[in-house]
Amino acid sequence: MIEFSHIEKSFFGVKVLKEVSFTAKPGQTVGIVGENGAGKSTLMNILGGNLRADAGLMRLKGQPYAPASSGDAERAGIAFIHQELNLFANLSIAENLFLRGFPRNRTWLPFINRRQMSERTRKLLREVDLAHSPDTLVERLSAGERQLVEIAKALALDARLIILDEPTTSLTARETERLFAIMARLRQRGISMLYISHSLGHVLQLCDEIVVLRDGAVAAYEPTPQFTMDRLVSLMVGRAITQLFPARESKATDQVVLEVHGVSQPGVVRDITFQLHRGEILGVSGLMGAGRSELARIVFGLDPCAVGDIRLNAESISRLPPGERIRRGLAFLTEDRRAEGLCLEASIADNVTLAALRDLTRPAVGWLDRPKARAEVNRIRDAVKLTAAARNEQAVKTLSGGNQQKVVLAKWLLNEPKVFILDEPTRGIDIGAKHEIYRLIHELAARGAGVLMISSEVEELIGMCDRIIVMRRGRIHDTIMPREFDRERILRSALHDGALA
Amino acid sequence: MTSAPATPPGLRLLNQASLILFALVLLVFGVMSPAFFSGENALNILTQASSTGILAVGMTFVLLTAGVDLSVGSIMFVAAAVGGKLALGGVPLFAVLAVMLGIGLLYGALNALFITRLAIMAFIVTLATRYFGRGLGLRITETRAMNLPESFYELGAARILGVPLPVLVFAAVVLAAHLILTRTPFGRQIYAVGGDLEAARKAGIRTRVILFSVYAICGLCAAGAGIVALSQAPAVSPGFGNNREFMAIAAAVLGGTSLFGGRGAVFPGTVLGAVLIQTIENGLNILNVNPYLYPLITSAVIFVAVLLDAVRNRVLSLAARRKVFVEADPA
Repeated sequence: MIEFSHIEKSFFGVKVLKEVSFTAKPGQTVGIVGENGAGKSTLMNILGGNLRADAGLMRLKGQPYAPASSGDAERAGIAFIHQELNLFANLSIAENLFLRGFPRNRTWLPFINRRQMSERTRKLLREVDLAHSPDTLVERLSAGERQLVEIAKALALDARLIILDEPTTSLTARETERLFAIMARLRQRGISMLYISHSLGHVLQLCDEIVVLRDGAVAAYEPTPQFTMDRLVSLMVGRAITQLFPARESKATDQVVLEVHGVSQPGVVRDITFQLHRGEILGVSGLMGAGRSELARIVFGLDPCAVGDIRLNAESISRLPPGERIRRGLAFLTEDRRAEGLCLEASIADNVTLAALRDLTRPAVGWLDRPKARAEVNRIRDAVKLTAAARNEQAVKTLSGGNQQKVVLAKWLLNEPKVFILDEPTRGIDIGAKHEIYRLIHELAARGAGVLMISSEVEELIGMCDRIIVMRRGRIHDTIMPREFDRERILRSALHDGALA
Repeated sequence: MTSAPATPPGLRLLNQASLILFALVLLVFGVMSPAFFSGENALNILTQASSTGILAVGMTFVLLTAGVDLSVGSIMFVAAAVGGKLALGGVPLFAVLAVMLGIGLLYGALNALFITRLAIMAFIVTLATRYFGRGLGLRITETRAMNLPESFYELGAARILGVPLPVLVFAAVVLAAHLILTRTPFGRQIYAVGGDLEAARKAGIRTRVILFSVYAICGLCAAGAGIVALSQAPAVSPGFGNNREFMAIAAAVLGGTSLFGGRGAVFPGTVLGAVLIQTIENGLNILNVNPYLYPLITSAVIFVAVLLDAVRNRVLSLAARRKVFVEADPA
């Protein structure tokens, strides 16, 4: 279907793609893995017509293929499904599918043939197993359902090659299963797919062949059975990571720093009680929608709680606004760092100092102590090992996901928090950066902070935490101690006793 | 086999807010004055609402793209000033009307040019052209009021099958706008552009063409609103059309069109909003309320409109959040 041969690309004299060659046959799914910056996006931009290769050739169905624009790629039958979906929430499913080429009644009248549009939409929705009316507004669909609409959109364009870029990051386990089932069906219809993901488990499960990119070159290109998780990881980073999770050098104490007692909020969480100790890393597991992030928001004060008490160092904070809780030592790394954790347009320095502006202000006059702020920013950015290439004045949006997350961490570290709530701290981050984030979390704990770590990656919790609580449907269903850490038990708890296939 | 997820109940109520408000207003005035509920008064309200209504229809196009046009009152003025001069100079009526509509279209296109080509914010561009138009109009009229020939008045007084011509024009504009917005690719792409400009560009929609068109349409509607206003009171005063943009925005937003773009409708939305505003004014008139209170009441109406929009937006963003299905207590 698509063949890449010896693709090369340089930016400002730096080679970002070197001799990249691989092939996806009809009906084949090829996984593309690599750390951030390995060249995946550049390659996809070349495929999509946004960039031109300096050298090399692409063939689509045997014909030379050199797209000059994204329109060319689309006309050639290539559809991209991005991490951030490109659907219009205020339009109906049908309108989203046909936005560019609405079926018309007669060519000389500008009116949309709505019956035909509905019928074609219904047929496409059946193919992706989505039982909604074509007139349903997309804003009423869940993330998983929207993903399926994206696939229907690709089918509407009669795409023969679909590129999925991190399609599962915002899906629940069940939605992911559903997506994979649909992908299997597409494969039977002869549609080829390129699957780009950091979830190596999914890549191993789904793909026929896997291409490992490292520093712009193909580090390995073999059928999937040749790979294991460990081998993939070591190929990606180029050295064997004997231990993905760094060794822990400190221990949890038995001094309680945060106590959540009987917290309930109708429709959100119910009767939540737990204690977090100084120096402890407490994991929170559960499916998406189990109420984990909602619990974090309540503890941090972004959402109210109807019943119960939250105590920080034995002082009740349940009625305090978030700003006051920050001042008393609470920090919150949100799940969606781009929308909630960072001002993307602002500089690194501005972002880092945002939560500590009060401490960096000269008390007498009330303006910012700039030399002090600069010194603090430099101290903190060294501590989080922010890439040396980034200048303090640089806008945060220009950084990679891993470095952005470090900026968020730096922001909170400036306040020296006593309790750190981390919601999916490594989502969408490459493995090297993950490792450094893990190290930082250990350091936080070693300095005596209590860490509440929410994650959908069970391995991550097992590798990092002193204890794990499992939430399901707004309640805590299990508290698991390290000696009982077991992937299956955690999943079972989260999924309601063996509902997992 | 097909199903739709339930709409949040609060949202359903909000979507009907202008209808409820309308019923409330009718009830209050009806109770206070029996004259209010006559067929003739209903036609009267519609006739009076037609100018603002047409203006608000044009404004709806712009608001749907998350833009705004503050210059529509000035467009009315410039078109009326030029039209008045021509009419007094003996140019036949149909030619005068055509020139006026042309001026509206041109003025809107000028706004569009600045907004799409020079990428200046619509708010700033139209604020500037609002003052420009006011100044231009004053220069053309030499700041004097112009009384127009009888032909204008006859236009406003004409009736077809008992329905006043302004109401018919209003209805025609609404029908055309409604069909364009709901039934044509162009219309749906306006909603897409207003929903997410960047995504619309990525989806291959020619966003500049869309944006250009909505300002041109808005200018055309403004000139149309000017003609209808002149047909009811055939005089061009220096204050003609002044501040009408705010009534138009209020009417559209009262009718459920969002200032944030991507949401709203001409029918029933904007029509309802325009008629509601006019009904309030008409009712106050019948009840002999002190005219100095009108601005206070108008401001309250605008406030309610914007408040509704903000609340609706908040409910929508809350509804977009993930749901937790909390488990009940074990029995």
